[in-house]
Amino acid sequence: MSKLTKAEEEAQKNETVLRTTELDPKFKYEISKLPGAEKVNVCFQCGTCTADCPIARFDDFYRPRKLIRMTQLGLKERLLSDDVIWLCSTCFTCIDHCPQDVGIASIVRALRNLTVAHGHMPAGYVAQVSNILKTGYAYIISDMRLKKRQQKGLPPPPKANLKNIAKLFDITGFSKALEKVET
Amino acid sequence: MADLKYLFFLGCAIPYRLPSYEVSSRKVLQKLGVELVEMPEFNCCGFPLDPVNHDMMLTLAARNLYLAEQQNLEVMTLCNGCFGILNHVNKELKADKNVREKVNDYLREIGMEAKGTAVVKHLIHVLANDVGFEKIKAAATNQLDKLRVVQHSGCHVNRPKEYIGLEDPENPTILKKLIEATGAKCLNYLDEPECCGAPILGVNEQIPLQLTREKLGHVKAVGAQAMITVCPYCHIMYDLNQPRIERAFNEKYGIPVLHYPQLLGMSMGIPPEELALGDLRVNAAEVASICSQ
Ligand code: SF4
Ligand code: SF4
Repeated sequence: MSKLTKAEEEAQKNETVLRTTELDPKFKYEISKLPGAEKVNVCFQCGTCTADCPIARFDDFYRPRKLIRMTQLGLKERLLSDDVIWLCSTCFTCIDHCPQDVGIASIVRALRNLTVAHGHMPAGYVAQVSNILKTGYAYIISDMRLKKRQQKGLPPPPKANLKNIAKLFDITGFSKALEKVET
Repeated sequence: MADLKYLFFLGCAIPYRLPSYEVSSRKVLQKLGVELVEMPEFNCCGFPLDPVNHDMMLTLAARNLYLAEQQNLEVMTLCNGCFGILNHVNKELKADKNVREKVNDYLREIGMEAKGTAVVKHLIHVLANDVGFEKIKAAATNQLDKLRVVQHSGCHVNRPKEYIGLEDPENPTILKKLIEATGAKCLNYLDEPECCGAPILGVNEQIPLQLTREKLGHVKAVGAQAMITVCPYCHIMYDLNQPRIERAFNEKYGIPVLHYPQLLGMSMGIPPEELALGDLRVNAAEVASICSQ
């Protein structure tokens, strides 16, 4: 076996070693207060969710069981900076199959929500959020498409109430959270 | 005279990418005597906001539901995503006082209050349960018995089971029965309920494309002449992205993907042009010609 370089050794250590200083024992309680994540502590790590997760079959790092374990252990910093949490495709297979009714997809959502509250949001979501604020729709429907609709005999799509939407963004505190998001 | 009437929740993805789904749905529903009332002041169902801010999703969805409650009509969606969110939030508003109070604290600021008394249905529920198989079979005078297809119902029309519970998500049969009502044969294939992966397209393209490719392979293996969808997102994956998958993996599928109302429409003798069959990315001319035999 070839000898590892110092840098490689260091990298391996960082990957595999859990430092107790890295653990936030309160994190599981913080998460369990978020809607849908109440049962994070009853997960007994059977692995059914990972076994049945379509994303886990095609990604080497996305493992719902592991996300729950990391949450239970309190690996807050790692979880909230890990892009892997954005890979859940919300198929809800794990919710339907979990013997403990943990609601994994809702816990992943809670982790994502918290990540956004800490100022990180993937670009795709930034675009959709801004579209909703601007038009009420998740996508901008161009004039050309509107004209084509007309030609096909379709009625114009309903007009969203943008004032209402802007107000809801403000009072739910979402506008404030968005100010913190780095793009 | 129309005997069934719904508030039509169009959503964002259909007017943006797939007018063919709307055109064909409106056409067959009109012929079946179903009246659609346009939804006033609709906004996005809320689904895209759930990952970033759950409260914001709840509030946007509840705003739509309040408008529906005012109209006193059941809501019908064509999109699995819209159905999933609106149905879920509606049930949560009704059953969970805390959620109701939290959401209405927000909504009251814009003069609204949602009670969770709406009824939300997807197109396939309207067809199967309200219009009914008998009426559909009677309307499907041009039985498509030379056609072999497969179904793909998608996830959010069935999962999570606790909130929907209309059929077994592991073995969904509503769409299958609707397909069989047209006379077409609905073949079984491997991993039928598997997800299309579309919700993460904006974050990672490789995984959804691989999921889609895998399903196209399973569909091809059973010799289906077409695949039938009832969700714009699934449709985008299997139809619009099919040529991309063929290029990326250097494979050939050539599987036409039809919106269910397009299939139903052909069995009702509606000409393919009126069902926007030409809008599909994968050419469906051969399917149309089999259907007209
Ligand atoms: S299926 Fe449920 S109990 Fe089992 S590992 Fe996943 S979350 Fe935990
Ligand atoms: S909801 Fe997310 S975590 Fe659960 S099975 Fe589907 S993709 Fe995997």
